[in-house]
Amino acid sequence: MNNSVTYHKAIKAATSNLAEIRSFVAKHANEHGFSERQISDIQLAVDEACTNIIKHAYSFDSTKKFTIELEFDGSQLSITLTDRGQGFNPDRYKKPDLKKQIEKKKRGGMGVYLIKSLMDDVSYSANTDKNVLRMSKTRV
Amino acid sequence: MKTFKIEHRNNHGFEILDLYGELDAHTASQLEESLKNLISSQKSNIIVNFRELDYIASAGLGVFMAYIEDVRTIGGDIKLSNMNDKVYNVFDLLGFPTLYDIFDDEKQAINKFLSDS
Repeated sequence: MNNSVTYHKAIKAATSNLAEIRSFVAKHANEHGFSERQISDIQLAVDEACTNIIKHAYSFDSTKKFTIELEFDGSQLSITLTDRGQGFNPDRYKKPDLKKQIEKKKRGGMGVYLIKSLMDDVSYSANTDKNVLRMSKTRV
Repeated sequence: MKTFKIEHRNNHGFEILDLYGELDAHTASQLEESLKNLISSQKSNIIVNFRELDYIASAGLGVFMAYIEDVRTIGGDIKLSNMNDKVYNVFDLLGFPTLYDIFDDEKQAINKFLSDS
């Protein structure tokens, strides 16, 4: 028997929606018993992933939409973000060299590193019709 | 959720930016404007007080990365103070404490400016 619970939301690709996405994630993670610290980590990972979609996949085109799905199954939360924009290769992103970036006044490249640091497991697939980012965290 | 805002004040000749609410990819441009305004008027001894900031994403940290060299070039610095644990954790994960002065309290940031000058 499958006791998983799923929540789903479609979001317009605008940074003004980030706060609402963070609230959506926090509300449900809280209902499912995640600690405040874990909720903070999950919120930040989701925020960074959505920011990347808005900025890179859709180039701030707010007529475009992406979806977020939260699946709670036992102690595990799996999050799936799906967009139909420009894909990227997450393997290219290592821990940013902060000193070098500051010297070159270059910012960015930090989101993917944060997502990988904050979540237990992260996978990404870029296909011709859609890009799917999956990440999970186990409640402690 | 608290709306993001920035208040600017002066403390013993130092420029203090008080941050409130949540700093993300949507609100980071406001911080960018505030820093640009200070730098363009040659005000370079800057302390950013995070006491009332509840949340930060990497877009917020990116603003500090983009302007720190400009400020240091004109003889100043951007020092950071009063972060809650959650906010400090993000700076720490990305290695900021080795390259930026981060203090528990604004007064310590002022003292560091004074001892460095």
